[in-house]
Amino acid sequence: MSDHEYTPKSKFGKWFNDRLPLLTLASHLTDYPTPKNLNYWWTFGGILTFCLITQIVTGLVLAMHYIAHADMAFDSVEHIMRNVNYGWLIRYIHANGASMFFLAVYIHIFRSLFYGSYKSPREIIWIIGIIIYLLMMAAAFLGYVLPWGQMSFWGATVITNLFSAIPLVGEGIVTWLWGGYSVDNPTLTRFFTLHYLIPFLILGLVVLHIWALHVPGNNNPVGIDIKKPSKDTVPFHPYIVIKDGFALLMFMIVFAFFVFYTPNILGHADNYIEANPLVTPAHIVPEWYLLPFYAILRSVPDKLLGVVAMLSAILILAALPWLDTSKIRSAVFRPLYRQFYWILVADVLILGYVGAMPAEGLYLLVARVATAYYFLHFLVVLPILGYKEKTLPVPLSITEPVLGGSPNLAMAKNKENFKD
Amino acid sequence: MSEKKVKRRDFLFTATYAVGAVGAAAVVWPMIDQMNPDASVKALASTEVDISSMNPGKTITVLWRGKPVFIRRRTQEEIAEAKAVKLEDLKHPEKDEDRAKDPEWLVMLGVCTHLGCVPLDQKGDYNGWFCPCHGSHYDTSGRIRKGPAPTNMEIPEYKFVNTNTIKIG
Repeated sequence: MSDHEYTPKSKFGKWFNDRLPLLTLASHLTDYPTPKNLNYWWTFGGILTFCLITQIVTGLVLAMHYIAHADMAFDSVEHIMRNVNYGWLIRYIHANGASMFFLAVYIHIFRSLFYGSYKSPREIIWIIGIIIYLLMMAAAFLGYVLPWGQMSFWGATVITNLFSAIPLVGEGIVTWLWGGYSVDNPTLTRFFTLHYLIPFLILGLVVLHIWALHVPGNNNPVGIDIKKPSKDTVPFHPYIVIKDGFALLMFMIVFAFFVFYTPNILGHADNYIEANPLVTPAHIVPEWYLLPFYAILRSVPDKLLGVVAMLSAILILAALPWLDTSKIRSAVFRPLYRQFYWILVADVLILGYVGAMPAEGLYLLVARVATAYYFLHFLVVLPILGYKEKTLPVPLSITEPVLGGSPNLAMAKNKENFKD
Repeated sequence: MSEKKVKRRDFLFTATYAVGAVGAAAVVWPMIDQMNPDASVKALASTEVDISSMNPGKTITVLWRGKPVFIRRRTQEEIAEAKAVKLEDLKHPEKDEDRAKDPEWLVMLGVCTHLGCVPLDQKGDYNGWFCPCHGSHYDTSGRIRKGPAPTNMEIPEYKFVNTNTIKIG
């Protein structure tokens, strides 16, 4: 981390910094050399930090008014909406904030997929990111249970029952998770506890994520290693701060649109009906951000294998740095990968669509094909592509294509970058 | 490398680790077990239901241990249909006689064995139950016939206390 030495100017600053080098850390963060060609897809890290802080702050406030009890939870949420000063605003920010968080994280993940940001030497950053993503899904699911509406209750029932697919111990685990023989008050109170805990775990992992990032430095759209600091880099402050800030403002406009103009469009009307253990809603669907995985779950006709497929679909991402055998990072120089990338994007969108539809007829068929393709992409296409693909010449530095026109063979590094 | 001789100190280390592990487990277990059903939840283990007013073709749903239990007084056609099914046609082969002690009365947990939704009465391809969540079809004996559910709907422990009362649990 210590790319450079830093000495505070004031005497007190020096005294303090010798005992706790916070000023050295601050100096590292502001001077942190960043590739100068980062585009707007790189602003989502900052946007995600904003989302996390928003969820923590609004969540703390909601917890001051919410009552985690099966008999009172639903009414306490209505109490927040009707009686608490600005309660409606805070709850709508928190509820839509979850969706905005996932929107940003999906863009962030697909940016990494396009520019190969998960490849050596950034595997640990990537894996920490996948863990954060898993925790985000857990937090979102637990939070969705708290209002104790019909979707809360039945979503909790369906998701906890996934564990019953485990042979032998499954039923015992489900009873243990519930603290009873069905989803009930003990389940609600522990879900609230865990929902409160997870954001702070995520916060800790975000620190590790950024720490691991600052060791090799940012990847960039060209995907080449750069010297830092050099003419290929700019200091984080003010260049990246102002760019991230502008992107954040744009993002907040979208966020505010949902909060103020259509706060319930991403939710389900059924969740404004209090939980009833005797009646299952006619059509149970998870929140939009979990739909692709839900489609994978339902596309497998066997219970255990369905659960295995769904979990594998997420965990396979952790193995991505080793499944992608190509040494070239950026899809800009990988003409074939670029096409498969967009097919994958379409595939995930299709999975999301059929996940919201009833699991029958044509929808089921499409879900099965899309599920098969999802795994094919990671397990077959990516490993083979690294050996077969003829990549384009990669420039030597970020500055070169700017000063010398588009990349050409003369600028290409060595033969080692080419694969036949 | 020559073979190492086991010394007195090695024994002490191993013994210390073993005692430490047992101690850690003894501390961790209460933290895990506190999440299991507590005494007040277990105390609600049985329910008595009055069935005197039920005519054939009627189903009632009662809550037992937080879960719905279907009690259906089946019609003669439904009983005949359930008995006519060949065991080799079933995903989870169970005879109707083994599921309904008194063929007129079917008492079962109204919980889909796929992921725990409550199936709808008299729906689906087999005139029994249909789960709206992921499309499992059950027959008039509550046996799985089509869809992702792995097993038949569960039969809880129950007995006829007298002709008008069923005790579940």
